[in-house]
Amino acid sequence: MHELPVTESILKIVLAHAEKNDVRRVMTIGLQVGRLSDLEDEWMQRYFDYVSRGTLAEGAKLQIERMPIRLECNACAETYTVDAANQIDIPCPNCGKKDAKLISGREYFIKNMEVI
Amino acid sequence: MDDVRMIEVKEEIMADNNQVAAGVRERLRLQKTMLVNLMSSPGSGKTSLILKTAQALKGSIKLGVIEADIESKVDAEKVAAQGIPAVQLRTGGFCHLDATMVTQGLEALDKKDFDLLIIENVGNLVCPAEFDTGAHKNVMILSVPEGDDKPLKYPLMFSICDVLLVNKIDYLSLSDFDMAAMRKIVLALNPEIKIIEISCKTGAGISDWVDWLKKEVTAFRRA
Repeated sequence: MHELPVTESILKIVLAHAEKNDVRRVMTIGLQVGRLSDLEDEWMQRYFDYVSRGTLAEGAKLQIERMPIRLECNACAETYTVDAANQIDIPCPNCGKKDAKLISGREYFIKNMEVI
Repeated sequence: MDDVRMIEVKEEIMADNNQVAAGVRERLRLQKTMLVNLMSSPGSGKTSLILKTAQALKGSIKLGVIEADIESKVDAEKVAAQGIPAVQLRTGGFCHLDATMVTQGLEALDKKDFDLLIIENVGNLVCPAEFDTGAHKNVMILSVPEGDDKPLKYPLMFSICDVLLVNKIDYLSLSDFDMAAMRKIVLALNPEIKIIEISCKTGAGISDWVDWLKKEVTAFRRA
């Protein structure tokens, strides 16, 4: 639902870097997005295609790396990864306790871009 | 054929909003006004909570309210009818408030001498969690009829809040809401969160919430 402000923000940052680096065209944009985000890859791309029309980044492909949801067990300090947000209540694979804290999965980061 | 080059960008996508939010936070800190961002699903009791809170704070803490709604101004009218200074922001279809919209809300309030401002964010457990409003404290409501599985479905929201108010506890006897299970999941997402069970209808727990708020406002004004 909030793809628009997020993709507008990506575009703004990308265009600023493009200008600094004498870029003629942006080919790909490498992103890191935590799995806790509700944004879908396909919809981010569609919104990006829309907001980037007529700019140097028109047609650029978003390469989205989904960053895992990692938890740390409060009882035994084991760290483990879960695939989806609705699995955060699974027991610790080491000690079996359901008492953990979130250590990653909320990232929203632009890593790099391929340009000509 | 042109050579493809790789440029390292290394920037947070939300950097712009985060910067505006940091500016709002600092400005209000200097004015000694604490800003609280209140979030929840539609119908979980945000406006009722604000009205209850205003009653309890009357005479001790100067309160103002920034209401956000996609279209209507019903909430601001209800709040203003109680004599509380309120402005309504219409987000024009947007599903959340960002820090720039909050800045507009602050400018629309005539007075600047508030001890506490509460933002009633758009009713939505998804988008508001992604956008820093500039608030000093984030507070959310989960109401019993929504179900105890909400932290599993909207984990980000539960992970960013300082306080979780579990509202409508007067419905508990009619429901299979598992408070202990819900608490465990929420504390996994966010070990620092304070969970307070309340009912805006019966008034249960409201004094615990108001005590927390008063303590925070006092500490904020002393800092």
